[in-house]
Amino acid sequence: MRLARSRRNAELSLLLLAMVLVAAYAATVEANVLDTVTPDFWIPAAALGLVFLGLHLVIRWLAPFADPALLPAVALLNGIGVGFLRRYDLANAAPEQRESLAIFAGTGGRQLAWTLGAVILAAALLAIMRDHRSLSRYAYTLGLAGIVLVMIPAVLPGRFSEVNGAKLWIRLGGFQIQPGEFAKLALLTFFAYYLVRKREVLSLASRRVLGIDFPRGRDLGPVLVVWLISILVLVFEKDLGTSLLYFGMFVVTLYIATERVSWLLIGLILFFGGAYLAYVLGSTVGGPFANFYDRAQIWLDPFAEPYDRGYQLVQGLLTLGTGGLFGAGPGGGQPTLLPEVQTDFIFAGIGEEIGLFGLSALLVVYLLIVERGLRAALAVRDSFGKLLAGGLAFTLGLQVFVIVGGISKLIPLTGQTTPFLSAGGSSLMANWLLIAVLLRVSDGARRPVTGGGGPAARPSGGPPEQLHGAPTEVIRP
Amino acid sequence: MNAPLRRVGVVVMILFGLLFANLNWIQAYKADEYRNSDYNGRVQVAEYERKRGNIEVGGTAVALSKETSGKLKFQRSYPGGAMYAHVLGYKPVNLADTGIERLENDFLAGTSDQLIANRIKDMFTGDQTGGGNVLLTLSKRAQETAYKQLNDNQVGAKRGAAIAIDPRTGALQALVSMPSFDPNPLASHDTGAASKAHNALEQDKDRPLANRALAETLPPGSTFKIVVAAAALENGVTQQTEIPAGPSFTPPTSGTPIRNAAPSICPEPQVTLREAVTESCNTGFAQLGLRLGADKIKEKARAFGFEQDDLTVGETGEDGGLPVAASRTGEMAAPGGGTDPAALAQSSIGQRDVRMTPLQGALIAATVANGGSQMRPYLVKQLLGPDRTTVYDAAKPRELRQPVSGPVAADLRDMMVNVVKEGTGRKAAIEGYTVGGKTGTAQSGPNTPDHGWFIGFALDKNGTPVSAVCVELEQAGSGGSAEAARIGGRIMAAAIMEGR
Repeated sequence: MRLARSRRNAELSLLLLAMVLVAAYAATVEANVLDTVTPDFWIPAAALGLVFLGLHLVIRWLAPFADPALLPAVALLNGIGVGFLRRYDLANAAPEQRESLAIFAGTGGRQLAWTLGAVILAAALLAIMRDHRSLSRYAYTLGLAGIVLVMIPAVLPGRFSEVNGAKLWIRLGGFQIQPGEFAKLALLTFFAYYLVRKREVLSLASRRVLGIDFPRGRDLGPVLVVWLISILVLVFEKDLGTSLLYFGMFVVTLYIATERVSWLLIGLILFFGGAYLAYVLGSTVGGPFANFYDRAQIWLDPFAEPYDRGYQLVQGLLTLGTGGLFGAGPGGGQPTLLPEVQTDFIFAGIGEEIGLFGLSALLVVYLLIVERGLRAALAVRDSFGKLLAGGLAFTLGLQVFVIVGGISKLIPLTGQTTPFLSAGGSSLMANWLLIAVLLRVSDGARRPVTGGGGPAARPSGGPPEQLHGAPTEVIRP
Repeated sequence: MNAPLRRVGVVVMILFGLLFANLNWIQAYKADEYRNSDYNGRVQVAEYERKRGNIEVGGTAVALSKETSGKLKFQRSYPGGAMYAHVLGYKPVNLADTGIERLENDFLAGTSDQLIANRIKDMFTGDQTGGGNVLLTLSKRAQETAYKQLNDNQVGAKRGAAIAIDPRTGALQALVSMPSFDPNPLASHDTGAASKAHNALEQDKDRPLANRALAETLPPGSTFKIVVAAAALENGVTQQTEIPAGPSFTPPTSGTPIRNAAPSICPEPQVTLREAVTESCNTGFAQLGLRLGADKIKEKARAFGFEQDDLTVGETGEDGGLPVAASRTGEMAAPGGGTDPAALAQSSIGQRDVRMTPLQGALIAATVANGGSQMRPYLVKQLLGPDRTTVYDAAKPRELRQPVSGPVAADLRDMMVNVVKEGTGRKAAIEGYTVGGKTGTAQSGPNTPDHGWFIGFALDKNGTPVSAVCVELEQAGSGGSAEAARIGGRIMAAAIMEGR
């Protein structure tokens, strides 16, 4: 048997390295924007470092065999995000107020506070969920909650749900959350549970049509219904990016569960067919499809209306192009010229200052997180865990692809947050919860089969349901 | 389930590979194109980070930058308002810059290669000095006079131009195009308001943005007779040579008779060339033109600068500058070949297809005053470094061409002086100076008022030329050329006062 090592010290060193990078980034920003480095430049990095150190200790205690690369990688992204948002606040502040800008002021300060909350939430999830399999107990509840979360903004009156024309929010007083971000996690858990339960039925009991095996409707029914409802709601909420994300999430989990390539093909055909249909309908019928048609038009030629509809995409491209290979240096760019640079376009805003090399590094960090998540899925021993971790990791990667591809004109632009970078508490919290689940699964995957391993070895509350060994439904032709 | 998971890993790799390839395309291959795109506001913000240099006239800044607290650090302003607009142009945030602002943009912005030493010095001292300063040749007094007198003209003309040159050097003393515009709103940092102001100016039917002094041509009328007279003097005619005149003259093969402006002008059958110039005798010059032939007149006009397409007014040493429209003599040929006598006769008195810019008119007068030597016109006297001590470029006047010999120039000068002394240009006279000139009245169309013209020069007591001028009043009607002569005299007097 391979000697299991917890590698917690590696995690700590990497985390410290990440925080040094974040502090260096902050110092460079101040040198460029203020022409001087204030004595407290290191405070945001130190505050983040403390928060992450707390999570590191929780991991040491509750998930000692978790993947050591996940936390430092996410911490680096989160830290760069906070640093860039603070840099954005500096650009927006009047010149004479810049040097005295408070650490917790503005978007950057709020993001710092949200990070604190999100990390506490992640730690809490690690504490509550000692074994990822326990999640499967709540699969139906979570599935229902997912649908409700997706639907809430659609049914709420616009005054409680609309921000900049998109009905994606729940707004109460000064507080607002984007429930869709959390729905992603809930729905995926449901998908994973249901598909594992029906796995064999789905792959075996099928009718062959045109050389492709289709499962029986009653087997696929519930998951299809949940998925369809989400997509329909999102289409009518005009949140195309999220519907694309859910679609990809569903197709991939189905593929992993059934191991049938035909699902991927069907998914791709449906996707491209649907996109083309929506484009045609958008140009002829309009209605809910007009928005998609618009975006496709902008994507095909953003420079056709450079000051009007294409403005944001054009400015995004110019921002990236101005950055070039090396970038203008942190603090050397003009982020305020790019609309929504603090949310949708943050990747372009950062790209102007760190250039192609910097962005490539960020992409590699994302790729690292996704591949580490997939590796946890490969190594974990239960099917539910595999599907859950694999689905979550892929969804994270797909989200990065959708937003970064959108702002760089690879695919049509759909509003999405850039995980861990964009300003916004909902996205930050949901993605940290996702990381907590990945940490938990990777802990389960890397934990030695026999022997000790800390207090988490024997979770209280009785043994969880063993899905892998559970009998599946009897097939009745 | 591990096989599909591994494949998902590959799919993610491919997706990220696409992102990576696309970012390479944008940030490496297309970077320069995007960086220098007209839609890219970063260039402007960077441009406004440094204080742009002044444009100065006679020690006064007529274009300067003031610090603001906005996103763009410096606001360009033009204290002279509409008075200098056509010379300075304007430096807008989102529109194209024009005039001297465009011409000397690199130097004013401080990005010129000439200022590299300054930028290196700033890097070490940490100073953020501004761009260089541009000193213009304009005479503050002459420019103000030209602007005021042109806009307050007594014949009610709404459009026109005035231009004054130092005949010895070619330095412009005044340049005004009427109507003018205020460049300040165009340089507003509120780009919406700036575009609105620009659109309003563009849609104005009097076209205030057009630079009539340099870039627009009109039929020159009788001022063109100086060119015809020069051709005659070089072909055996003297001031005292009698040429055929009369109250009316009908060119052969054409039924349209050419008449004089008034019945009192040269009704006798023969007048001397000198009298014909002094009284602006149309019948005399029409017949003189026929005698000389189209080729000689065209050639002389070309010698004076007609048909030159690439003249610019900027620095003397440089080729770039504000573009000058070509003046034309037009077609004088009959449809079947050979010269059309009617066209030639009408062209000889500056009608038909003859077109001239006010600058060309001033150059003709300046050449006559300067003994036949035409100097290249220019506007930039000096480029002064950001520290105001280093002179980067001082104008070195140079001759453009020599259209006529000294003796012919002397004869022309003599006759033009007589025009102001006894003829149609009396209102241009300046006390204590010898003033010469030639008025012009040009038909603008069948039912529109005539254009009024005056070209002229002033000599001091020693006979040294000190100023040459051209004033044009578009559709001024009767009395237009006399008013142009009066304004021309005032402008030259102002230039002389400042020069002293």
